[in-house]
Formats: sequence, structure tokens, C-alpha cells
Amino acid sequence: MNHSNEIAIGFSNIVFGLVFLMVAASLLTWIERRLLGFWQDRYGPNRAGPFGVLQVVADGIKLLFKQDWIPPFADRTVFVIAPAIAMITVMLAFAVIPVTPAIGIIGNLNVGLLYFLAMSSLGVYAVVLAGWSSNNKYALLGGMRAAAQMVSYEVFMGLSLVGVVMLAGSYNLTAIVHSQQHLWYVVPQFIGFAVFFLGGLAETHRLPFDLPEGENELGAGFHTEYSGMKFGMFFIGEYIGIILISAFTTVLFLGGWYGPILPPFLWFALKTGVLVAFFVLLRAALPRPRYDQFMAFGWKLMLPLTLINILATGAVMLCWSTS
Amino acid sequence: MLSVLLTLWYTFLHLFHRKVTVSYPDEMPYLAPRYRGRIVLTRDPDGEERCVSCYLCAVACPVDCISLQKAEEAGRWYPEFFRINFSRCIFCGFCEEACPTYAIQLTPDFEMSEYNRQNLVYEKQDLLISGTGKYPDYNFYRVSGLAIPGKDKGEAELEREAIDTRSLLP
Repeated sequence: MNHSNEIAIGFSNIVFGLVFLMVAASLLTWIERRLLGFWQDRYGPNRAGPFGVLQVVADGIKLLFKQDWIPPFADRTVFVIAPAIAMITVMLAFAVIPVTPAIGIIGNLNVGLLYFLAMSSLGVYAVVLAGWSSNNKYALLGGMRAAAQMVSYEVFMGLSLVGVVMLAGSYNLTAIVHSQQHLWYVVPQFIGFAVFFLGGLAETHRLPFDLPEGENELGAGFHTEYSGMKFGMFFIGEYIGIILISAFTTVLFLGGWYGPILPPFLWFALKTGVLVAFFVLLRAALPRPRYDQFMAFGWKLMLPLTLINILATGAVMLCWSTS
Repeated sequence: MLSVLLTLWYTFLHLFHRKVTVSYPDEMPYLAPRYRGRIVLTRDPDGEERCVSCYLCAVACPVDCISLQKAEEAGRWYPEFFRINFSRCIFCGFCEEACPTYAIQLTPDFEMSEYNRQNLVYEKQDLLISGTGKYPDYNFYRVSGLAIPGKDKGEAELEREAIDTRSLLP
């Protein structure tokens, strides 16, 4: 009896989480355009419904009713699977996020952090396979860039979290949040925070690090050949990716649900929302670097920085424990 | 690094700037008096048509969207029909520049969308307005030397009396 009850709660958590994510991601398309508009001295979509919220519905209807075309020269199976991978991996990664102690699917997973890194690594397949199966040179170039970019930035992303794991002494995300009750890790681990956020930016291939889909060089990069809802899935996947990175940054560095006065869920949502807005601000403000500059920035600056960060964290912890 | 942070900050400050957008259907944008919009045919201060069907506008038109037919009545030329196909018109204003009588003029009005393309072909009665447009005092027949009923040669403004060439013999 008790067991089936647990399953029911878990199941409803999953369904509610999925629906919430989808709605949040599609709303994010509108929020991003509004914010971009404000930062460019214009309004953004403000005509459909109150403040233009119904623009989301209009876009959704449009995407659904577009012709879903698969080019005859494409590798059909892979072409169809790729956008599904893009969405599934980011959504699966959400399973381990402890929104609050009560809300969350498997927030207590003892290897939650590794699970997240594994899922974001799998996300590379979506982009690479999409680029490969499209059988189009721009798509292929985009896929190649995505592979190089995401694989190399994952290295720093993983390494930047080592400091947090050392301080918290656990891979369990709930435990990591609990250990931030008095001091958020953004203070002792600021370098880790910055590197993780930039790595996340590269992982979600968002502007300014959107080299896999750099419009002015590659058409639309890896999704050049995609149309209709398959393109929509890449699109939604990207926006869920933004929420994912923001949520993880909140959990790992900004103390998760901890905060005064407001209820825990609101604190989590607020921190995540600010980070999402920062994602959009980065897009509004910064130009895209050249590909070689981007890779050099990663390997020559971010990697040494994270290694030094790990060394310094270890040294400080060692001194602390011996004294 | 600092420049990147400054860029982010300055971009963020734009949140509080005034928007440059003019929300058009709710709020009309300012159009200059010489804005090149819908084309009209004007009348002179006496209320007569200014157009003398010289065809210069039709010749100047780079997209050939103007067509007209000359007719004559008591020594005066006027267009029998005057047709502008606005689905072709590029609003370049060359017709206005070519017109010797200020008859054809472009106005600051661009709201002329139609569901049916045929409706964009404007006939003379659609083009003619009752006013004088941008040149309120100009009257071609009052300054030209042409004789028309009610005004003989030499009776135009700033015109000397006509000289009888037969009495000019030495």
C-alpha cells in the first residue's frame, strides 16, 4: 500500500515536472524576445494577448502546422531521432534537481552531479547526429563545431564542479544544497561558478557561443534542414537547456532553495529566473567569438583556471583541516 | 574582461531607456510634408484640373505604372482617363518632378492596402482631389502664354501685351 502510494507521488511529480518544463520553456521564448526587445530599446512581441503572452500559442500553432519535411538525401532514421535526443537528454537531466526538499523527482540520487554531467554529454549526440544525418555541408560543419565545442567545454564544466564536490563532500545534489545553508558556494568557489556558467553557455550553444548554428556563416548550422515540429524540438530543447543550466547553477552555487522570508520554491524560481535573464542579457550584449578564439579561450584560459581552482581549494581545505 | 562586463552593464541600462518604437496602428508616426506616399491629381485655385496631359509623368515613370489619354476641349488639354497602378508604383516621385504644372503630387499617406490587387488600380476620379496640394497659388493657365477661352494671349500674370508681328515691319 505504502509502496504504490510512493509510486503514485513519484509519477505525478514526473508528469507535473514535464508539463511545467514545457510551459516554462515555451514561455521562455516569449520572455527572451521581450527582454531582448527591452535591451534594444524596442517592445518585442506585445500584441497577442496580455503583454503578448499569447505569442507563445501563435508560435506553437505555427510550428505544429508547418510542413514537416525530411529531405530525400537525409538519413531518415537518424534525422528523426536527433531532435528527440535533444529534448530527452535535457529533460532527463532535470530529474535530479532538488527544487525544494519536497519537490523533485530523484533529488537524493547519490551520484546526481555525475548523472547531470552524463546527460549533458549525451546532448552532444543530438547536435552531431542532426548535422551528420542532414547530409548538408552547412549542417555537417555545424555538427562538427558542436562536437568540438561541447566536448571540450564539458571538460571544464566537469572540473569546475570538483571544488564544490570537495567542499560539500558529496555528489548528492540535496546534500550539496544543504551544505550551503550558511554560505553559498559562489563565494568560495567564484572561479568554479564563472567557469561552470560559461561552460553551460557553451553546452547549450547559446549566443554568444552559438558557433554550431552561427547564422551568418552556416545558414542555421546543424538544424539547417529541419522544419516544423522537429525544429521546434531543437528549439524547445535549447530553452529547456537554458533553464537546466540556470537551475543547476542555482543548486550548486547559489544555495538552491535557501533564502529568507519567501518560501523555498519561490527562492529557487527567483534565482533560476535571474540566471535565465542573464543568459538573455549575454545574448543581447556580446558578439560571437571566432571559432579558433573560442577554442583557445577554453583550452588556454578556462582549463588552467579550473585546475588552479581545484589546487587552491584542496590546499585551503588541507590547511583548514590540519590547523 | 572589464570591457565585457561594462558592455553587459550598459546593455542592461537600456532597460530604462525610452523605446524608439512607434506603435503604429495605435499611434501615428510623424510623416514629413514631402513624404512620398499616395499620388494625387490636384486642381488649380479656380477648381479646374491642373493636368494638361503632357505625358511627361508617364514617360518619367520607371515602372510604367501611369497611363493616360489626352483629350482637347476649347484649346485646353485634359486627360480623358488617368490611371495609376499602385501595385506597380514604387513611390519614387519622378512623376511629381517631371510634372510641369504641379498637377501630380505625392502625399504623406501610405495606408492604401487592399485585399484585391485590382483595387490598387486608381482611376482619375480616385486620384483627383478638390484642393491645390502643396502649391496653393499656382495656376498654370494664369502664368502660361497659351490662349484659352476667357484669357487671350498677353493677359497672363507678368506677361507683356502680345506683339502684332505684322505691324513690326520696318
